[in-house]
Amino acid sequence: MGDQRIKNIILEIISVVAPDAEITDVKADVRLRDQLDLDSMDFLDIVMELRKRYKIEIPKEEYPELATLDSCAAYLGPKLAAVPA
Amino acid sequence: MDYDVIIIGAGMSGLAAGIRLAYFGKRVCILEKHYAFGGLNSYYRLDGRDFDVGLHAVTNFVGPGVRGTPLPKLLRQLRMSRNDFDLQPQVFSEIRFPGVSLRFTNDLNDLIADVAEKFPAEADRFRKLCEHVRDFDDVVLLSDYQSTRETLKEFLHEPMLIEMLLCPIMYYGSAEEHDMDFLQFVIIFKSLYCEGFARPRDGVRKIIKALVKKFRSCGGELRMQTAVERLDVADDRVTSVAIGGGETLTCSTVLSSAGYVETMRFCEDGPTVPADEVGRVSFVETIAVLDKLPQQLGHEAAIVFFNDCETFTYAMPEVPVDLRSGVVCCPSNYEGHDDMPEGLLRMTWLANSGVWMADGEEAYRQRKIDYLSEFKTQARRYVADFDEHFVVSDMFTPRTIQRFTGRVNGAVYGSPRKRRDGRTHLKNLFLCGTDQGYLGIIGALLSGITIANMHVLAEE
Ligand SMILES: Cc1cc2nc3c(=O)[nH]c(=O)nc-3n(C[C@H](O)[C@H](O)[C@H](O)COP(=O)(O)OP(=O)(O)OC[C@H]3O[C@@H](n4cnc5c(N)ncnc54)[C@H](O)[C@@H]3O)c2cc1C
Repeated sequence: MGDQRIKNIILEIISVVAPDAEITDVKADVRLRDQLDLDSMDFLDIVMELRKRYKIEIPKEEYPELATLDSCAAYLGPKLAAVPA
Repeated sequence: MDYDVIIIGAGMSGLAAGIRLAYFGKRVCILEKHYAFGGLNSYYRLDGRDFDVGLHAVTNFVGPGVRGTPLPKLLRQLRMSRNDFDLQPQVFSEIRFPGVSLRFTNDLNDLIADVAEKFPAEADRFRKLCEHVRDFDDVVLLSDYQSTRETLKEFLHEPMLIEMLLCPIMYYGSAEEHDMDFLQFVIIFKSLYCEGFARPRDGVRKIIKALVKKFRSCGGELRMQTAVERLDVADDRVTSVAIGGGETLTCSTVLSSAGYVETMRFCEDGPTVPADEVGRVSFVETIAVLDKLPQQLGHEAAIVFFNDCETFTYAMPEVPVDLRSGVVCCPSNYEGHDDMPEGLLRMTWLANSGVWMADGEEAYRQRKIDYLSEFKTQARRYVADFDEHFVVSDMFTPRTIQRFTGRVNGAVYGSPRKRRDGRTHLKNLFLCGTDQGYLGIIGALLSGITIANMHVLAEE
């Protein structure tokens, strides 16, 4: 799955987890938490939505890999490779 | 049947926990012994009129742009929107003590200004207290008990101001008599004075129906008129849940919103609960229907908290009802509520549950009638003389509360000892709602969410 597609998936999930967050110009290299005011409850939800939708497991120690859109793409790429495009 | 999670109780906390779990694909069943949802904050119909069991105010109200407080947090977590709750803000509420009253709104600055006017010497100190409350860490799950009365004395010098601030806070969420844990004080101070009051135009049914619909649409199962009778235990775990008719259900985890004492009684091996952990605080609530809206009779406050002496006593009284203090709610005094077909007034007093429980049927009925006339007397003093506009009334007592929710002593706020991490002596049994410690409608919703997240969703 391409990087842009993964970023769109994350943004779509954020729009469900935090519908009042303004996601139109999120910077890919800045921490999501710093630009979107997501708290730890919301972060847990992003992980849970990924599990619900794509059956991928993310261990707690690896949550920091989801800090920015760029790091999400890099980290989730291999995990989502199995998911049909 | 085998479930991932069984939840005891379809009140606010059970429904919120259920939505979280069902949404994330858990097989969840909520068991509710009553035929109605909503628990302590349910609704009913009587002689063609809709009533709420308890609703005075939904606390923690903030406007659409505000983030990070309990209301927007829980809406996010439940994947619901502000429209689902139809919350209409109050205009103002009052705290009335002999010779002085304070007015508060959904903007803390109004209370700060009123304190400065009525208690000029306290203005700066009150502002410091507000800052202390704002900066206090109220999301910790474990903390040492800190006396609110002692803490407030460090900030404020005027004893009556302390009593006035405590009156609404204790009425809206203290399971403890006389004093309370400062952490609980902070949580409720924010929910009342920093955030504020609102109400759905159709009353609490709007919220409950939205929660039930959401739960079902996520695939959750709800079994009404199904009381849990026993939790079977082996190796420090619940192994099965016995409901009426000899049926048993199995599951990996049980969340109970029935209360700590009540839940321990279901457990085969339940520990004996010390007497001082059994809740005692209960209320009598009278609802009067009027043929005019109270605002047409000159009463404009949404809620009035009154106390007729300089000190405020929050405890189970010796007498059936403590008439010295109380709370009057006028539902039509919320924005957008002035087209209500009839006027409504609700008055709450502290009550002695033992007296109300012990009455025979006839004595019980008579006692209710006696207190209806006390209600009219007090309404004359704090609201308006509405005798000629009185249509009909209904009344709840500790006995009603115990009968419909199973809460021992009709203790609305449950045990004075809260278990904030939700844990019990069994590894797969957790408490949510009242005895976990987040109180009121918004508190109970947040409690269900927190416990579902902490002990089921984050555990995998
Ligand atoms: C008169 C009154 C007025 C109130 N006013 C307000 C207000 O204006 N604003 C506010 O925020 N809060 C108010 N409250 C408080 C608020 O209603 C409660 O704090 C909140 O509803 C508690 O929710 P809960 O989920 O913890 O418990 P509950 O609502 O008690 O839910 C527990 C559920 O478990 C069920 N149950 C118990 N035993 C069993 C069993 N063995 N098997 C199956 N089911 C069982 C009960 O029937 C109940 O439905 C009021 C309460 C009362 C009584």
